[in-house]
Amino acid sequence: MMQSTSILLSLSIWLPIAFGIFIIAVGRDENPGLVRAVSLIGAIASFIVTLPLISQFDNVAHGMQFVESASWIARFNVNYFLGIDGISLWLVILTSFITVIVVIAGWVVIENRVAQYMGAFLILSGLMIGVFCALDGLLFYVFFEATLIPMYIIIGVWGGANRVYASFKFFLYTLMGSLLTLIAIIYLYTKSGSFNILDWYQLPLTLHEQILIFVAFLMAFAVKVPMWPVHTWLPDAHVEAPTGGSVVLAAIMLKLGAYGFLRFSLPIAPDASHYLSGFIITLSLIAVIYIGLVALVQTDMKKLVAYSSIAHMGFVTLGFFMFNDMSVQGGLVQMISHGFVSGAMFLCIGVLYDRMHSRQIADYGGVVNTMPKFAAFFVLFSMANCGLPATSGFVGEFMVILGAVKFNFWIGMLAATALIFGAAYSLWMVKRVILGAVANKHVAELTDLSSREFLMLGLLAIMVFAMGLYPEPITAAMQTTVTDLLQHVAITKIPAL
Amino acid sequence: MNLTPAYPELFLLLATSAILLIDMFLPDAKRAITHYLSLFTLAICAIMTLGDLNSGQTWYIFNNMFLSDPMANLLKLFCYLAVGMTLIYSRKYNADRGMLGGGELGGEFYALALFSLLGQMVMISGNNVLITYLGLELMSLALYALVALRRDHVASIEAAMKYFVLGALASGFLLYGISMLYGATGTLDLSEIARASSSVTTNHTILVFALVFIVSGLAFKLGAVPFHMWVPDVYQGSPTGVTLLLGAAPKLAAFAICFRLLVEGLFTAAVDWQQMLVVLAVLSMAIGNIAALAQTNLKRMLAYSTISHMGFMLLGLLSGVSDGHAHLAASAYASSMFYVITYVVTTLGTFGMIMLLARNGFESEQIDDLKGLNKRSPWFALVMLMLMFSLAGIPPFMGFYAKFSVLQAVLGTGQVWLTVVAVLFSLIGAFYYLRVVKVMYFDEPTEHAPIAVGPEMRLVLSLNGLAVMVLGLMPESLMNACLDAITKTLAS
Repeated sequence: MMQSTSILLSLSIWLPIAFGIFIIAVGRDENPGLVRAVSLIGAIASFIVTLPLISQFDNVAHGMQFVESASWIARFNVNYFLGIDGISLWLVILTSFITVIVVIAGWVVIENRVAQYMGAFLILSGLMIGVFCALDGLLFYVFFEATLIPMYIIIGVWGGANRVYASFKFFLYTLMGSLLTLIAIIYLYTKSGSFNILDWYQLPLTLHEQILIFVAFLMAFAVKVPMWPVHTWLPDAHVEAPTGGSVVLAAIMLKLGAYGFLRFSLPIAPDASHYLSGFIITLSLIAVIYIGLVALVQTDMKKLVAYSSIAHMGFVTLGFFMFNDMSVQGGLVQMISHGFVSGAMFLCIGVLYDRMHSRQIADYGGVVNTMPKFAAFFVLFSMANCGLPATSGFVGEFMVILGAVKFNFWIGMLAATALIFGAAYSLWMVKRVILGAVANKHVAELTDLSSREFLMLGLLAIMVFAMGLYPEPITAAMQTTVTDLLQHVAITKIPAL
Repeated sequence: MNLTPAYPELFLLLATSAILLIDMFLPDAKRAITHYLSLFTLAICAIMTLGDLNSGQTWYIFNNMFLSDPMANLLKLFCYLAVGMTLIYSRKYNADRGMLGGGELGGEFYALALFSLLGQMVMISGNNVLITYLGLELMSLALYALVALRRDHVASIEAAMKYFVLGALASGFLLYGISMLYGATGTLDLSEIARASSSVTTNHTILVFALVFIVSGLAFKLGAVPFHMWVPDVYQGSPTGVTLLLGAAPKLAAFAICFRLLVEGLFTAAVDWQQMLVVLAVLSMAIGNIAALAQTNLKRMLAYSTISHMGFMLLGLLSGVSDGHAHLAASAYASSMFYVITYVVTTLGTFGMIMLLARNGFESEQIDDLKGLNKRSPWFALVMLMLMFSLAGIPPFMGFYAKFSVLQAVLGTGQVWLTVVAVLFSLIGAFYYLRVVKVMYFDEPTEHAPIAVGPEMRLVLSLNGLAVMVLGLMPESLMNACLDAITKTLAS
């Protein structure tokens, strides 16, 4: 067993959780200002402790870094086993970064039960970082499932009119998938006698076993991503969740599923992954094309962005299952980029909603006349959403399409065509909401961004540009891991007869 | 004769009789003395049993009729805990309803509760089928009387009648099965039965015939489908304190007699009872979870949820019969035991919560009565949230590890389809637990009365909630205690 060398990952996980518990325990609704301040300190502190991960990360080292291991349930050989590689590094950073943004976003918008709201987000943040760091199957599962509880509460308590339906649908859908995954995890344990995910990578499995395991994992991860046709919980959850909830859902929770594919499905069941790749690619293409068309006809802005999230995540899964360096890295970059862009889109809609209390596109028009600063941000994020070069959205999609052309010209062609839909629904929304003459007297009364809103959108805009112009640090960190992963996936695990 | 292993039972018998006598002479205002004497008695019993448990030994006394082994002692400890916590939770509830004060009844609640506990201890420790049966009857008679305590309450009387008639029927089944067993093996001693049933001269048909009746009787006591009809009515009709008395500790005793009779006594017929338990388990999970969906009464919903949990527990019990490995078998029984203990700890909290919110003239037993609890008392809403997610089997709460260890045991025997059925029904189950959380957190309160209970109950209920959380983060000690107890018991 590897020695514990660092406590950075534990700190990244438990610091926000500790802050969250503290805020819930002592926060009083009579003094929301103090609660907000403590939450912000907690979120920033949690973000800062993740930064050394970037500086100390070794881009060329193979295997896991910052490894921590301690016995947890010795009887089942379950360990508190953490570590990150090039796949998880940026997801951890993304999570802690978005949490800061979410705390700022909820600053004045949330007025009742502030302490519980902030506490839930901080706990959720720690749990999600836990998912990305866990290298023990059961530990992963515990974090993965535990994220449902705060999200369920967030949607249900601070959500919109139809929140109860949305929160139940979110919880039960996700639980359905993950329960089957639990069976797969226990099965892998009974086969290998260990819950160590890295041990499972080396475990020989027949094709039949691999397919069953792959399908069981697929149930959980496909729901989470979400892939067509199990995506229907997402538009409901997004529309009903408060702005902060939508941001976390889109920016991070969806990535839990995509991350699961790379951490579990591909390396544990490589033969089944190859065997079923056609199936996954088909589902991904349906997501990209069909859901893109669905997004086009939405009249609710949040729903439109929710569907566009599904389409973008389709690119991610498409990239993963073409098994070449370019496409897998592209999928990963797309995940990070989508975290920033979709988060920013939901924040923009939140900014409008706070003023007008409507998400209907038809209620807007000519916002640029009254909110010029906001309009600039909105146009920028919409462009990033449809993959304009120099924004982060371009890098990932471009790499996936390059990989796809290498894999099969027609798939690349289809995926590239789908970009047109992305541009269509994004730009058409911009046209109807932002451009034109002032549509009605409510729009005429709009006030431009406050400095708080400017700060959060500005931070995200910097990230979007930084990633678009200079993606090198991100791709460099994942290069080695992705190559290793693909080498591993290329070797069959079917035991010789 | 060395009576040391039976000291807890003997002490409990004497102390309960003394409490009954003392209570007669106490004025109503001093009923607290009965309360604290009862708790003190439980504490003394716990100390004695803990000593026996720590020695890790097995004793047979009274001509092998009574045994004290680690499994028995561990289960007894949790029985004390369950009864003690029930007494604390129900103190104000009972006082409000005149069950303690000068109303219709005096301190009988305590005496009857302790007598039912004595019955459970005898069940757990019985090594002779007749002794087990005596313990069962002692427990049941005390519980029948407890259910009927509110004698002017229609629902209580109906519940008592149902419980008595069906309970008597179940006892009859069990006794009939036992007599068949005696006919087949010529003995009532469990170790002898184990030996005789494996001999070739024993008539297998009669043995299986006996088994059918014994399993039916046990299923009645556990409340497994299709012998579950009494559970919802009795849970709903009884005063909540009594519901907890018959919903918590008796499950531990029922687990013990299932283990003693089926695993220790009739292991040679395992192939036969395994099939029966599969049917009982799957039906219980199906009917329990689906029927619970439709309930608006919280106690009734919890009754159906109990049925489903007993089904899940049986899954662990039946997974011990696999090809060979003693280690796997012990692990499976231990998972089942851990499941029951988890269930009891969680159930104590949920019914405690109902009693916390109940007032004089207000039972707080509808799910809607929890509306907006988060606004009235954020802390107790959080406790209830932890309990509900634990029952639903969501990590990081204790209930998840219970489900996990049982699933692990089932998968160990290679019955993948059973695990799929089990998780699908727990998915359905998650819905009604979520609904309770929804009512507490998402809805606006309709009740605004402050929660008026003493610090004693607040403290214990908070600890109960925290235990579900802490044992969820660190489940190993309790899991190992169960495994250790089962391993030593099987080895002796």
